[in-house]
Amino acid sequence: MNSELLKQLKCKTINIRRDIITMLEESKSGHPGGSLSATEILTYLYFKEMNIDPKDPQKRDRDRFVLSKGHGAPVLYAALANRGYFDKSELMKLRKIDSMLQGHPDMKGTPGVDMSTGSLGQGLSAANGMALAGRLDNLDYRVFVLIGDGELQEGQIWEAAMTAAHYKLDHVTAFLDHNHLQIDGLNEEVKGVEPVDKKWEAFGWNVIKINGHSLEEIESAVEAAKLVKGKPTMIIAETVKGKGVSYMENQAGWHGVTPNAEQAKLAMCELEVEA
Amino acid sequence: MEIKNKPTRDGYGEALLILGETNKNVVVLDADVAKSTRADWFSDKYPERFIDMGIAEQDMLGTAAGLSIAGKIPFVSTYGVFLAGRAWDQIRTTICYSNLNVKLGGAHGGISVGPDGATHQGLEEVAIMRVLPNMTVVVPCDAIETKKATLAAAAMYGPCYLRFGREAVPIVTEENTPFEIGKGYVLKDGKDVSIIANGSMVFEALRASEELQKEGIEARVINLHTVKPIDENILIKAAYDTGAIVTAEEHQITGGMGSAVAEIVSRNQPVPIEMIGIFDTFGESGTPDELMTKYGLTYLDIIKAAKRVIERK
Repeated sequence: MNSELLKQLKCKTINIRRDIITMLEESKSGHPGGSLSATEILTYLYFKEMNIDPKDPQKRDRDRFVLSKGHGAPVLYAALANRGYFDKSELMKLRKIDSMLQGHPDMKGTPGVDMSTGSLGQGLSAANGMALAGRLDNLDYRVFVLIGDGELQEGQIWEAAMTAAHYKLDHVTAFLDHNHLQIDGLNEEVKGVEPVDKKWEAFGWNVIKINGHSLEEIESAVEAAKLVKGKPTMIIAETVKGKGVSYMENQAGWHGVTPNAEQAKLAMCELEVEA
Repeated sequence: MEIKNKPTRDGYGEALLILGETNKNVVVLDADVAKSTRADWFSDKYPERFIDMGIAEQDMLGTAAGLSIAGKIPFVSTYGVFLAGRAWDQIRTTICYSNLNVKLGGAHGGISVGPDGATHQGLEEVAIMRVLPNMTVVVPCDAIETKKATLAAAAMYGPCYLRFGREAVPIVTEENTPFEIGKGYVLKDGKDVSIIANGSMVFEALRASEELQKEGIEARVINLHTVKPIDENILIKAAYDTGAIVTAEEHQITGGMGSAVAEIVSRNQPVPIEMIGIFDTFGESGTPDELMTKYGLTYLDIIKAAKRVIERK
């Protein structure tokens, strides 16, 4: 990645983080922690990687993205708005009555949302289905899916992991947003998910471990996944919940709590400084 | 009259073969019971469009959702008790919420599944499927109607649950009998009582009406194959014309077709209703005939219910 592109993408991550804070302050309801931890991943996918067209959201051969951890909706909405799928003013209507931006992603109402999610553990199965359809139709699109680490406690994830490996779905690339926290605390205290890398390897996946906040590492991993034939790829992205806002970082308490005006102002200042 | 028996699931298998030929977007998924559901007839002929999901119902429904989003028409089959029950949240949130075009083939519905016992006898699918927005629920009465229902499900857009059985049941319709999802039809007219049935109970209802006729009771028999969207007109007219209703289904009374009928009749043309079905209990092992008798699902039970409800007029 050249330095100019890197600079542009970094700038996007800051805009997206600022939008997340603004929309959550306004909605007074929603999930900041797991949105901020996935910001680089979505920024890279929507602004560099995916073959998509905001003017034609249903383009048949487009790459797809499934936010299996549907409560990360704010980062998806911010990415879509910044990418031009809809006007940024919509972000201020998050979770409000008659809004197209539902608390969890709704593919019927929101342009650019490829899959409705919210009930955890189901996104990978849907991604597999999309990839199987692409294979049947001889279309070369890729399907990206973002899974939360707490979500690995859902059994369906492992059913789907077997399906992707069995059917050699090399067009499926999953990201694990590995921020180690869920509502009740650390994954390892609630119900351990480690060793995640060995588990996915044992399930027949190509596994790549990266720093999930490094755009360069995300790029290398996505490119490496494209070269692997006959296996799906799991990119284990080591992330920080609440990344970018000092008082939210690594705090399980900021999973589903929104900032008040004062906290939001502080967050915006920190995100300004970083810019 | 000569009675020919055939399992309703055969109608599903036959329809899938037709769809395989006529609609390239049809794909079939099954959870390791394709031989039982007759999905194997499709997989033998169209292996590239058959996806065996292994024993993983929840993943199967999610995969079907993804396939439908990308333009396919997935037919997903396994035993109804596992399809509707085990994967209910996947059907609700991942399929119905987005009104995805996924077709569900729920095999082995009803207590007549027999010796496998309570764990495999689906008695709740209609209730838990019809409560879902966007869902269509069809319970065909014989193999011919199951074939038509399966083809009709492919022709409509949106999620559709087809419930069929394991055992051979009498053929009561003909190839040219009209079939339209959402439209019940009168099999035999009558003025004293209406017997509204679906699935395997349609034959029992016809038999009951013949016996009742011998006693001078004219029973109207309605095949209500579609539980949702329900045919309000035929129900209101039945209530108005006959003033008494018996519903008959191989399913829990709570939330099933009888409940759906009562919801319409009570609001539009209240008349006494008696219900034939399973009364808040699980099944058990036994032969299909033994079970249908023990749990009160025969024409004799319908006759008694008809007389009771006429008394209540």
